[in-house]
Amino acid sequence: MLYRLRRLGIQIYLVFIFSSLSTVYALDATTIQQLAAQDSDSKIAAIKRLVKNQDVTAIPLLIEMQNGRLNITQQGQPVALSESGQVKEIPSGKILNIAPEALQTVTVNNRLRSSIEVALAALRLSVADHNTRLRAAQELTTAEDEELLELLERSLAKESAGDVRLLLEHALANIKIKSPDAEMRRDAVILLGHSDNPNTKLALANLLEKKADGNYVEADKDVRMEAAKAIAAIDRRLVIPELIGTVFSGLSLGSVLLLTALGLAITFGLMGVINMAHGELMMIGAYATYVVQVVFKEYLPSVFQYYLLIAVPAAFLVSALVGIALERTVIRYLYGRPLETLLATWGISLILIQFVRMIFGAQNVEVTNPAWMSGGWALAGGVVLPYNRMAIIVFAILVLWLVWSLLNRTRLGLYVRAVTQNRSMADCMGIATPRVDWMTFGLGSGIAGLGGVALSQIGNVGPDLGQSYIVDSFLVVVLGGVGQMAGTVLAALGLGELNKFLEPHTGAVLGKICILVLIILFIQKRPQGLFALKGRVTEV
Amino acid sequence: MTPSISNLANLFSRRAWIVFLCALALVVVVAPLTRMLPADHPLHFSDYLMLVIGKIMCYAMVAVAMDLIWGYTGILSLGHGLFFALGGYAMGMTLMREIGTQGQYGSVLPDFMVFLDWGDFPWYWAGSDSYLFAIVKILLVPGLLAYVFGYFAFRSRIKGVYFSIITQALTFAFMLLFFRNETGFGGNNGFTDFKRIFGYSLAEPATKTALFVITGVTLAALLMLCRYLVTSKFGRVLTAIRDAEGRAMFSGYNTKNYKLFVWTLSAVICGIAGALYVPQVGIINPSEMSPANSIEIAIWTAVGGRGTLTGALLGAGVVNGAKSWFTMAFPELWLYFLGALFIGVTLYMPKGLLGLFARRPVQRGK
Repeated sequence: MLYRLRRLGIQIYLVFIFSSLSTVYALDATTIQQLAAQDSDSKIAAIKRLVKNQDVTAIPLLIEMQNGRLNITQQGQPVALSESGQVKEIPSGKILNIAPEALQTVTVNNRLRSSIEVALAALRLSVADHNTRLRAAQELTTAEDEELLELLERSLAKESAGDVRLLLEHALANIKIKSPDAEMRRDAVILLGHSDNPNTKLALANLLEKKADGNYVEADKDVRMEAAKAIAAIDRRLVIPELIGTVFSGLSLGSVLLLTALGLAITFGLMGVINMAHGELMMIGAYATYVVQVVFKEYLPSVFQYYLLIAVPAAFLVSALVGIALERTVIRYLYGRPLETLLATWGISLILIQFVRMIFGAQNVEVTNPAWMSGGWALAGGVVLPYNRMAIIVFAILVLWLVWSLLNRTRLGLYVRAVTQNRSMADCMGIATPRVDWMTFGLGSGIAGLGGVALSQIGNVGPDLGQSYIVDSFLVVVLGGVGQMAGTVLAALGLGELNKFLEPHTGAVLGKICILVLIILFIQKRPQGLFALKGRVTEV
Repeated sequence: MTPSISNLANLFSRRAWIVFLCALALVVVVAPLTRMLPADHPLHFSDYLMLVIGKIMCYAMVAVAMDLIWGYTGILSLGHGLFFALGGYAMGMTLMREIGTQGQYGSVLPDFMVFLDWGDFPWYWAGSDSYLFAIVKILLVPGLLAYVFGYFAFRSRIKGVYFSIITQALTFAFMLLFFRNETGFGGNNGFTDFKRIFGYSLAEPATKTALFVITGVTLAALLMLCRYLVTSKFGRVLTAIRDAEGRAMFSGYNTKNYKLFVWTLSAVICGIAGALYVPQVGIINPSEMSPANSIEIAIWTAVGGRGTLTGALLGAGVVNGAKSWFTMAFPELWLYFLGALFIGVTLYMPKGLLGLFARRPVQRGK
């Protein structure tokens, strides 16, 4: 009691002093004193009053307060105390000659900080700068304070910029929807129906849910009807961006599948070798990327952005060399016996996995995307097309083009096709078939390495990386038809799209199972694969 | 072709009969007797060793099943782990029911269902408290799945590598399915913490011994059945299909039906093996369905020697024995060993271990 009285006394005294000073500062002394008060409640009340008066001059003061630098002099003047101990006048930043010990610090806690944040945003709505207003409005869309209602309505009335208006309406609706007045809630729901934000849709759908006691979350029937209408309106507007998003992610999954299956299509399709270690060759490519990345980070940090330019050829070379070594030591003895190659290469894959695990550890390693790959292109309605996925699509197209021209435009490609069609005839014509064999196998393995580079940019890199793709990539090759590159492309893209279109309806796992069952059924019908059935991929 | 006593006696050669009966006696008579010795007696048959051998006997059944379809008929299945796991799950369901209200939550429902907040058993758990029905499921579920799958596959003449790859996809799909909690088979963790079987506590040494003996007897019976099949005319047709399917077809055999029968039988044997495996090991989870497990089954058969039932037994024993030893002594070297085994056997031992010992080419069907 005594304490309160004394504080009151000081306040009255200070108010007296303050009002006697002719200050240039627009903030009134009561508010400042309240800000300096001990308890948070009066501080918050003061902040709210500032907002109510739309006192733009209070912005710098609130910023200092948010940072915990706000101090009050004995004369009741608000100043900022910098970390180096300099005392600055608040709007001007002029250095004052006051000892820091003579100041009273305005303490802030988390509760205060959040109300300062809201207050700053609310005040910034009256600022001339468009971007500042836009950012402020964005911040306010998550505010729930009913006292902001009036201010938002006032700002909306003044606001001319369309994008800011949209956000303000959204913010208003968010507050109104919590109002006890059904009419107000109805307005809010109608307003929210103009939003493109998927979260808004969730919030609206929530209104139509039933609570545990059997009543709707939203008690009023009219409001519920409006909510249903609003959801339908949002859905209508989101159809196109969502469709684009789905097609895009299908395309991106398809190009990942293509990169994993392309090498396989060469070793399996052209050479008849079931290379179960194909996934591990991809894993080696991914680890090569990791090593290149680490080297760049360590020794060439200035050109880190470009490490992929080195990683791509490095991964190709390493995987190709491993592949050639495998071909020379194991696989060449097994040509013509596909089941045996399956078992032997499975053994190779086990050894490679364990080998990598012993060198790099069983844990996943971290591969950092170059900066230009992070982020994405935002469409309406929260649909984002990530740049790294786009890069992979482009990369897949490039690799495809390279492989195609290698097989169709070069002498090696001619030899490869000749050996595939008729080995003994090619031999008789003077083609060194063993050389063609190891080069082809090396090519297939190198492409697996390129697939590994792509995978390292979108997922985890660990010793088990290849295992998770091997079933998928074999299915692509089988579905596409053996020895048919076009079939492989079509199968990869078709599977990717089908997967992504099924996913929202069935969930990721069930979608995958559906596809596996469909493929099994399809192969029953067409054991030769898809290609003969041009363009019927959707019927898979 | 009806089996008579004399036919039965001709199943094995005289020497093989002696080995077979001695092995059976070891499992059925000697093992239980040595179990009765005090625990510190040097001849005491320990729980651990019995578990390892019991497991290997289950694996041996799978290897024999694999040998029927791969060694004799030339169809490499990469999905036999699926049938094994399905049999195990069928058994596991009833074992889960027998836990009763002794689970962690004290509910009639298995713990994982309580955890998922399910009010009642899903429809496919109906009748899972009956052992009779469990046995029906152990035989029928893998059998039916194999029949349907095989019917479509063999009808459209899917062969060789293609068949292998789609069986692999099949087991992969089932693994994903069983990994889901909503599927109702315990998700990731599968079934475990079993308490009793047929009312007998699984912790009792006597129950364990009984399971061991039952496994041994089943293995012996299945071995005789398979031996009977492969030495019969039926078996000859199977080998004909393996060596030249076209010729067998033109000779008037409907190879599809032969393949379908042996494929389904092989799956049923796997189911039985899985059902015997689960109560001994005490756990069944979806990782049994992983493609890697199924490929490993193929290597058991290949290591012992394809196309000889003894080889399958030997392979399952040697590989799994080595696995038990390696994972204890040098866990990080096991994958190297297994990998080298895959490569070495395919490159240098096409006839497997038996091929090393045979003085002349291994005789089949004699």
